[in-house]
Amino acid sequence: MSRPLSFYIHIPYCVKRCGYCDFNTYTPGELKAGSDIAEVSTGYIDLLITESKIAKGKLQGSKPIETIFFGGGTPTLMEPADLGRVLDSLKSDFGFATNIEITIEANPDTVSREKLAALRNVGINRISFGMQSAATHVLAVLDRTHNPENVVKATNWAREVGFDQVSVDLIYGTPGETIEDWRATIKSALELPITHISAYALIVEDGTKLAAQVKRGEIVIPDDDQTADKYLIADEEFSKAGFNWYELSNWSKAGGECRHNIAYWEGANWWGLGPGAHSHIDGERFWNVKHPNAYRERLEADQSPIMDSEVLSFEQKESERVMLEIRLPGGIAKSSLTAQSLARLESYLTGGQISREYWDQGQISLTLSGRLMADRIVREILL
Amino acid sequence: MPAIDLAKAPQPASTDPAQIRNFCIIAHIDHGKSTLADRMLGITEVVEQRNMRAQYLDRMDIERERGITIKSQAVRLPWRSGIDGQEYILNMIDTPGHVDFTYEVSRSLAACEGAVLLVDCAQGIEAQTLANLYLAMENNLTIIPVLNKIDLPAAQPEKFAEELAKLIGCQPEDCLRVSGKTGAGVVELLDQIVKQIPAPVGDANAPARALIFDSVYDTYRGVVTYVRVVDGHLSTRDQIQMFSTGVRHEMLEVGVISPEPVVSKGLGVGEVGYVITGVKDVRQSRVGDTITTYHNPTKKALAGYKDPKPMVFSGLFPLDGAEYPMLREALDKLQLNDAALVYEPETSAALGFGFRCGFLGLLHMEIVRERLEREAGLSLISTAPSVVYRVVRGDGKELIVTNPSEFPNDKIEAVFEPIVRATVLAPAEFIGAIMELCQERRGTLLGMDYLSEDRVEIRYTLPLAEIVFDFFDQLKSKTRGYASLDYEPIGEAEGDLVKVDILLQSEGVDAFSAIVHKDKAYAYGVMMTSKLRELIPRQQFEVPIQAAIGSRIIARESIRAIRKDVLAKCYGGDISRKRKLLEKQKEGKKRMKMVGRVEVPQEAFIAALTTDADVDKAKAKAKG
Repeated sequence: MSRPLSFYIHIPYCVKRCGYCDFNTYTPGELKAGSDIAEVSTGYIDLLITESKIAKGKLQGSKPIETIFFGGGTPTLMEPADLGRVLDSLKSDFGFATNIEITIEANPDTVSREKLAALRNVGINRISFGMQSAATHVLAVLDRTHNPENVVKATNWAREVGFDQVSVDLIYGTPGETIEDWRATIKSALELPITHISAYALIVEDGTKLAAQVKRGEIVIPDDDQTADKYLIADEEFSKAGFNWYELSNWSKAGGECRHNIAYWEGANWWGLGPGAHSHIDGERFWNVKHPNAYRERLEADQSPIMDSEVLSFEQKESERVMLEIRLPGGIAKSSLTAQSLARLESYLTGGQISREYWDQGQISLTLSGRLMADRIVREILL
Repeated sequence: MPAIDLAKAPQPASTDPAQIRNFCIIAHIDHGKSTLADRMLGITEVVEQRNMRAQYLDRMDIERERGITIKSQAVRLPWRSGIDGQEYILNMIDTPGHVDFTYEVSRSLAACEGAVLLVDCAQGIEAQTLANLYLAMENNLTIIPVLNKIDLPAAQPEKFAEELAKLIGCQPEDCLRVSGKTGAGVVELLDQIVKQIPAPVGDANAPARALIFDSVYDTYRGVVTYVRVVDGHLSTRDQIQMFSTGVRHEMLEVGVISPEPVVSKGLGVGEVGYVITGVKDVRQSRVGDTITTYHNPTKKALAGYKDPKPMVFSGLFPLDGAEYPMLREALDKLQLNDAALVYEPETSAALGFGFRCGFLGLLHMEIVRERLEREAGLSLISTAPSVVYRVVRGDGKELIVTNPSEFPNDKIEAVFEPIVRATVLAPAEFIGAIMELCQERRGTLLGMDYLSEDRVEIRYTLPLAEIVFDFFDQLKSKTRGYASLDYEPIGEAEGDLVKVDILLQSEGVDAFSAIVHKDKAYAYGVMMTSKLRELIPRQQFEVPIQAAIGSRIIARESIRAIRKDVLAKCYGGDISRKRKLLEKQKEGKKRMKMVGRVEVPQEAFIAALTTDADVDKAKAKAKG
């Protein structure tokens, strides 16, 4: 077990489901009619700890943990002390690397200065706020309730209580969002005391409320060309402010990269705790039952929560490697691809989507316009 | 009881011609021919009630589903006349009912002395029925006019009796009134067939001459050939000879259909039945040919033999290139039973390997395609149908073009295209709409007659190419489905025709080329380029779509280069999901056809090559 080890910890609860979200998360009412968060989440932390003991059995002889990520859902709905119990358990079972990165996703609406301090106190040292947009009409389409001002307060408190690494998530390409709206969002974000920005293009996922609205013709998805423009604007503004891209949708100040995400992209070992969480250990992927109630039943009956697994074939591993590496500035080593695959990239080289400079040095690295065509180029390589 | 016990009925090979009546039923689809035939089988008791099924004589699934008869069959019905009390043998020869099979109809008619003209008295006569009626009259057949479906509330027997009387020159009261459904009037009809239709006349001592009026491939028996003996006698002891080819065949079996095959010792003058010779391909036993005996051959063939000539051509390509050998096999098999189907391998840069197929007409084309898809389980793309052009090149040499991609690009002296004489029957209120459509399609009015106060027969000459392209659907929609159409080839005419090529990134796409009239070239170019702009996804580079005549561009569209093809989304640890999405996209990419550097989805080809009417039909089918 030579690979670095990470943990993902899923908190599957939200006060309210946002219209665009298709993540594995549930409101209390969905889990039990008339209940509240406290009621449905009671004992959940203990389930996570129970699962971590299963992990311990499987990961004999592993290295100390490099990164941990609390995602959701809304992890900040949980009591900081409870999150601390999970961390303590992991620390005693696996050990922590000295420079461990522990991230939590946070809703700027549901944190106070005190809560942030408490989170910091249990050992969490990186925080990522779901800002999404500075335009209230855009937030309304996304079903987000927060007031843009809360983001300013929250990020400042985070710095004050000792978070060195503070990130915000942005979403662009939301119906109704103009180029000016997006520029304003970028400007607001860059005024925050942050070290990291993730910016994702909105994807309308099947089965969401947003998809239903689009299908009914109530809202219209902006065209791809405008979304492409927004990506270019983001990259330009972020770079000017000292945030450099280290993955297609992620920018950071020097040293502010999210090491947990890098672990995913580089094919490290990670264990996902919680319902629907995915794990990857030495070339095998497995994932848990999706529903919190099913997850609870399994663990309470002393059963494994793992629903299914796959051992990746060589071809699948290669697909994933190409798919992930292409999104990084360093790109893919030419020597790892066949001559036929390389030949098919010729037109992207002449078209300026693949950097000539890197190519000559043996790497396939995407230029700015090439990043917008990453999936197409992956298909070309893997055809 | 006018039916006769089968065992006591006059037997094949020993039936006096004076006791025989050979007749066919001329009717339009839906006018109740099959129901009337069923009723005749029941009343003459050749089919027991418990064995009866609807449309007994239609063998193929497609026939029963579409309610049309593709292949004819002949049934021997014993009948005791209610008028003179004598025993007779009625041979009912079922005729195909569509414009594409005019030649086969004409041979079926040639095997008869009389015809029942069956008309739905809620609808009146239709164009195809009229065309077949004229054919019957040319063959000097005795016509018995019959109004069917008199049980329907919407029946207008008086009105349509007038119409029929006018057409065949009889009195309205001469029209029999029947209902195939209830059986009313059918006994009288059988008696009238005996009374009015003349008995066959032939020389029993002359060398044998039998007319082939149908030829069907049977998996177990090989080709079953349906014949009408004109002179002499055919027996199982004979070796027979096909007059047109001189090829000799062993006679394995002779029989009659009643309505299941019944083996007999032979067939005499005027009789109708089948022969089996062990031939495996209907081409060796062609409709219209004369069968004689090898040892005592006739010197004179029966008149009217013609080779079937394909009029409409289309490329058929398997959607999945790997199915090409299966398509070949399926065509080979179909050809055993379809002397009119021709095909040769064709390679399209865009669609891969397939076959250029020739058909008698549009219905024939549809039936072949449907049978290939249904019986062989193939998914096919068919290219836009084309007719046969005769091109005289600048150097005076001639070229026959059945595929637009073969149309020469250099100097052309003249182009000749097939012309048809089309007859449209419709309520008079649609005269304007019909004439407008025909004019639009380069038609020349030949004449117009009122069949009755409010129904007209309009005759036009039209280029076949215009009919092949969506004409019938247009006619139906402009007349709310009331018009009927028939056409027959009458030769060729010089046309001001050009080939319009469609280019993607300056590269010609053979499947989209079309030969069109000069005045319509621009419209075709605009239609096709804008259709393709909608259908082809954006590429890595800008893709100009051009329509051109030779080197002259007549229409142009452009697909802007794609700028964004990435999912800029966080997948967290669920990388399998992203990989599966990628695998799905890769499958999509594999289904793309490459035209130069341009990726064109197969759906784009299908959509571009299908007319809107076809798409509607396909939708209706999917729903139905």
